[in-house]
Amino acid sequence: MTTPLTELQPELHGPAQLDVPRPTKIRRMNREGYKINWWMTALMLVASLTILVPLYFTISMALKSPEQAASGTGFAWPTDPQWGNFGQAFEMTNYPAAFMSTAFITVISVLGALGASSMVAYAIVRNWDRKFFRLSYIYLLSAMFVPFPVVILPLIKQTAMFGIDNPLGVAFIHIVGGISFNSLLFIAFLKSIPIELEEAARLDGASTWQTFRKVIFPLLAPMSATVGIFAFLGSWNDFLLPQMLIADPALQTLPVVQQLFQGQFNTNYSLAFASYLMALAPTLLVYLFAQRWIMSGVMRGAVK
Amino acid sequence: MTVPADVSAPEMPSTDKKKNRKASTLAVAQQLRPSRKVDPTYYWMIIPVLLLFALFSTVPAVIGGFFSFTNYAGYGDWKMVGLRNFQNIFTDPEILASYAFTFFFAIVATITVNVVALLLALGLNSRIKWKTGIRGIYFIPMVLSGLIIAYVFNYLFSNTVPTIADSLGIAPLATSILANEHWAWAAIVFVTVWQAAPGATIIYLAGLQSISPDLFEAASLDGAGAWRQVRSISLPLIAGYVVINIILGFKGYLGTYEIIVALTGGGPGTATQSVAMRIFSGFAGGDYSYQMANAIIFFIITLIISLLQLQILRRREVSL
Repeated sequence: MTTPLTELQPELHGPAQLDVPRPTKIRRMNREGYKINWWMTALMLVASLTILVPLYFTISMALKSPEQAASGTGFAWPTDPQWGNFGQAFEMTNYPAAFMSTAFITVISVLGALGASSMVAYAIVRNWDRKFFRLSYIYLLSAMFVPFPVVILPLIKQTAMFGIDNPLGVAFIHIVGGISFNSLLFIAFLKSIPIELEEAARLDGASTWQTFRKVIFPLLAPMSATVGIFAFLGSWNDFLLPQMLIADPALQTLPVVQQLFQGQFNTNYSLAFASYLMALAPTLLVYLFAQRWIMSGVMRGAVK
Repeated sequence: MTVPADVSAPEMPSTDKKKNRKASTLAVAQQLRPSRKVDPTYYWMIIPVLLLFALFSTVPAVIGGFFSFTNYAGYGDWKMVGLRNFQNIFTDPEILASYAFTFFFAIVATITVNVVALLLALGLNSRIKWKTGIRGIYFIPMVLSGLIIAYVFNYLFSNTVPTIADSLGIAPLATSILANEHWAWAAIVFVTVWQAAPGATIIYLAGLQSISPDLFEAASLDGAGAWRQVRSISLPLIAGYVVINIILGFKGYLGTYEIIVALTGGGPGTATQSVAMRIFSGFAGGDYSYQMANAIIFFIITLIISLLQLQILRRREVSL
């Protein structure tokens, strides 16, 4: 499905485009032409409040006492910051266990997605003249047309039968679910790698596996970053699969344990928000520090 | 090692780039393995994945398809009932209502997300100060868990907004929108847009940045103002990206689940129940085979939509 997309705009190649133009440089380049549009800047700043206000709200609620949380609109800054909320939420949700479970799923999913789809892509691209590989390609791609609700009910039974109704099973299904799209990304990228590099390795006596490991896989790094970021976000934030598949509540993931606070009658909002904040914090922090790479990676995937 | 036959392959006259590459791949293969046998390593690379894929994707789909013709409840005995499940679905008002809601929601969400994303992309691509920082803010929602964000908005919609509306004397908003069976969908669309707009914006930004600055320069020399430039240059040239966004978005919104779970849980009543939620309830509700039949219908519908979209995309490609 995505192959035609690449051909829409062949001149797009990822990071360079979204790489944020360094303002000083541009200014110097267009001393006359580039005049900062202050009205637009102000408008964009005001509109960005739609993102910032809910985040501020989450933080301020997390620090309130139950009494203050229950009164007013919730926007007031906490008069008496309750840092203890985090400790309580930490214990209630058994944060370390949920964190480890989520991290386990994410690590396996990301490594699996990178390994499996890059190998599949390599095998397919280099053996395109062979029927078996062409048919495998079509077979894997066909999965893109099967929506998730179609397979979930049988999957619940199947994972229980195999004894993988746990984080490992969730990670497997993440890998399998992403195979179509991820190998498509890798295939598009592999086609742009000149075969001469491989020929050189081959003439030096490298086996297929060595060529892949030592020559191809390192060259795939930019696309691996994209696939890795998508796999990371997808599996870290996933709610559906862990909720449906993981049988043991002690192994539940961060998003799923937040349901704890959805009781109809005894909702302690400040605790709930402290817990939400702790669940959101890891990705938020990673984003703040790795914004540049995340953006260019996502961009590369977006246009492919 | 002598390579007697390798000259013939590259010499072959070929205008097609792909063919050329294939020829040179073959040449290497021939040099190293005169038998032209595939290195078994390639099979090792793909077969385990194919098996895993078959096991966790094809097998469940086939099992599900099979059980849609039975009266299996998810446990105990079952027998074949033919097409009865499918017949029942077409006369089940609750299922039909969930389809109506899902399509309504997907269409509204697709339109809103794209309008918002387009405006954002135009804004973020214009000559604003602190471009990096402002973009950084707008893309935050992309990395956050949709479920937790929806929990946060759940509080805002059911407590904060009514409190504010009450103090301002706006009667219609003084009660929670989530409890309003006619308007709860609007809250779901709002959160969906909040979460999904950044992804679409990135694609539009990619489109805008692929436009040559010369075009704008020429237009401004001809006296075109900012709005005129957007309308006559930017919008037509990113039409292809609109198609991509609609295709990527629509199917995703059809399967929407966690935002609804966290906001309304499908309520009030069943006013905001999506098809995916109905299907997932099949296991707990004991109507496994019935919901599998529903899933098969959902599959056929999404398949038709996907094929239609591909068709449109292909036509688009020709015109570009």
